[in-house]
Amino acid sequence: MAAIAQNQPSRFDVWRNRTATIRTAILYLAPAFIVMGIITFYPLVYQVWMSTTDYGVRNLRADAPPPNQVGLQNYEQIFTGELPVAIANFSFWNVLAFNLVWTFTNVPFHVIIGVLIAVLLNVKGLWLKRFYRAIYILPIVIPTLVIATVWRNMYDPDFGAINLLLAEVGKIFGISPEVFKIRWIDQVDYPISWLPLPLSYFALLITNIWLGWPFMTIVATGALQSIPGDLYEAASIDGASPRQSFWAITVPLLRPAMVPAAVYGIVTTFNLFNLIYLLSGGGPLRKTEILVTTAYRLVNENRLYGVAAAFSVIIFFVLLGLTLLTNRITKATERYDA
Amino acid sequence: MATQSATLPKPQTASRTRPRRELALGKQLLYQAILLFIAFIVLFPILWVVSLSLDPRNISRPTDLYLIPPGASLDAYRKVMDKPTANPVTFGELALNSFKLASGTAVFATLIGVSAAYVFSRFDFRGRRFLMLMVLMVLMLPSIGTIAPLFVLLNKIRVTVGETTFILRDSLWGVGLAIISGALPFSIWNLKGYLDTIPRDLEEAGRIDGASHNQVFFKIILPLAVPALAVTTFLGFLSGWTEFALSWQFLTQPKDFTLSMSLWNMTGQYAGQVPWSNFAAMALLVATPVAVVYLALQKYIVGGLTVGSVK
Repeated sequence: MAAIAQNQPSRFDVWRNRTATIRTAILYLAPAFIVMGIITFYPLVYQVWMSTTDYGVRNLRADAPPPNQVGLQNYEQIFTGELPVAIANFSFWNVLAFNLVWTFTNVPFHVIIGVLIAVLLNVKGLWLKRFYRAIYILPIVIPTLVIATVWRNMYDPDFGAINLLLAEVGKIFGISPEVFKIRWIDQVDYPISWLPLPLSYFALLITNIWLGWPFMTIVATGALQSIPGDLYEAASIDGASPRQSFWAITVPLLRPAMVPAAVYGIVTTFNLFNLIYLLSGGGPLRKTEILVTTAYRLVNENRLYGVAAAFSVIIFFVLLGLTLLTNRITKATERYDA
Repeated sequence: MATQSATLPKPQTASRTRPRRELALGKQLLYQAILLFIAFIVLFPILWVVSLSLDPRNISRPTDLYLIPPGASLDAYRKVMDKPTANPVTFGELALNSFKLASGTAVFATLIGVSAAYVFSRFDFRGRRFLMLMVLMVLMLPSIGTIAPLFVLLNKIRVTVGETTFILRDSLWGVGLAIISGALPFSIWNLKGYLDTIPRDLEEAGRIDGASHNQVFFKIILPLAVPALAVTTFLGFLSGWTEFALSWQFLTQPKDFTLSMSLWNMTGQYAGQVPWSNFAAMALLVATPVAVVYLALQKYIVGGLTVGSVK
């Protein structure tokens, strides 16, 4: 056999050699794509079909009839808020608006605070740097699930650590502890009358800032340490103030590292299910609900599987838009650097 | 408080050994004050939980702030170990369920993800961009985005043996499949990001020496990718260990419940009379193992995350 093949390569061998690469590629991709085909892509296609039906609890039984086709009715009902089961305070547009406000108010805090602390920790001759770095990493390594449940208890109006701490501080200034029975999660009135955001939004914001800045500090620290010290020396010889060299050297050189980190932050914050669902539960009156928590409730509480499928399809397009937008931001800043 | 006293002795030694300071003392003290304040804010919730978990009184809601409560004991841990929730399951059983889910999905997703990542990182062929885009699109969609079809589809798969019916949806296997559905695209993307950073010199040398694709992959790429495989497996493990939404929706039998479901059971609306000391002990037991591993791997994780998310 070997002798024959050596003398005159058969057409099969030629074909084999020419397609060796592509065959290896297919072979190596196959396991992942077969699995994803069954448990990821097929459910996604099925979801699109489900979204055009009135799939409900009665269709779940083993011998249940197939659901009725309802066309685009689910989508219509989501946009108008008139769902088959009345859900109080349900409004897609409010949820979408809150989701965007939530994302784009959180990430700037993370980035700005993260960078400022990184710069502070990078000051030459500062004592105890390693000690602070070791402590500041803690919010990253604790699972969000645990952080959310712990902070939920911390915001308890009567026994929570936040109100107790505020009362302790208040005592110093002679303020009665009764003032600090703040209902962080349930208070319906807006704390700032002209700003339609409930107190639980601010509670979530505080927790998420606590949770989010250390990641940005780590990214910024890495970038800061790669900025050559000569640049600052040259700037100070030329008479630049520390503030001037911050804006002229630090900020532009941090940008390439911070933009991808910010994009990552935007995507994570946009879909921060565990924190919102477990901390505020979307309340009060669904005012802090984001898209993914709403989709989850449609399945988990309302059992409107068809509507939930339509809602998830909408989420998919919203995320597509968000990704294109963040890509644009990344590209735009790349051009700025060049 | 303890941290503040620890800082005091340092100034003298530092100023004696260094004749000229790099940082003026006034500024140094100002910065120290700011950084200590931040450290306090970071530590406050953690200290609160640790302190709560040591509370010996077994009362539902303590009303004072202590660093170390009087008569501190590990009673709460003992109680949580024995029976954390109202369901007749021990901490060990819950932890085993969480561990099975987390390790099973993470190892599976990494093992079949790495070969796909290798192709995306090293091969060029028609359709590569399209396939990568498909992975990227599902990566973008959070796992809750497919919860409705997964619930319905997994619910259809039933096996009846005698009296009992096994419903795939209502089992750790079903939840595991649903988790893999989201974990696999992440694994592929994350591993591709790491593989892209491995220099090609070695494998090119190997190919010149006549190594096949298989040999390059198993003898050169895989050994070099061990840290990446470890990190990706750990990140998968972490998301499985703290997975909440799918398990909460799919599972109905207490014997299948996980740690994260039980932690939620001890919080908020479900936890009328659960003493906070028990909750705190539970929270720490859930968080500590993964936090320790995260700290050990931290150097490799943080850089990789942003690379994977943008490229």
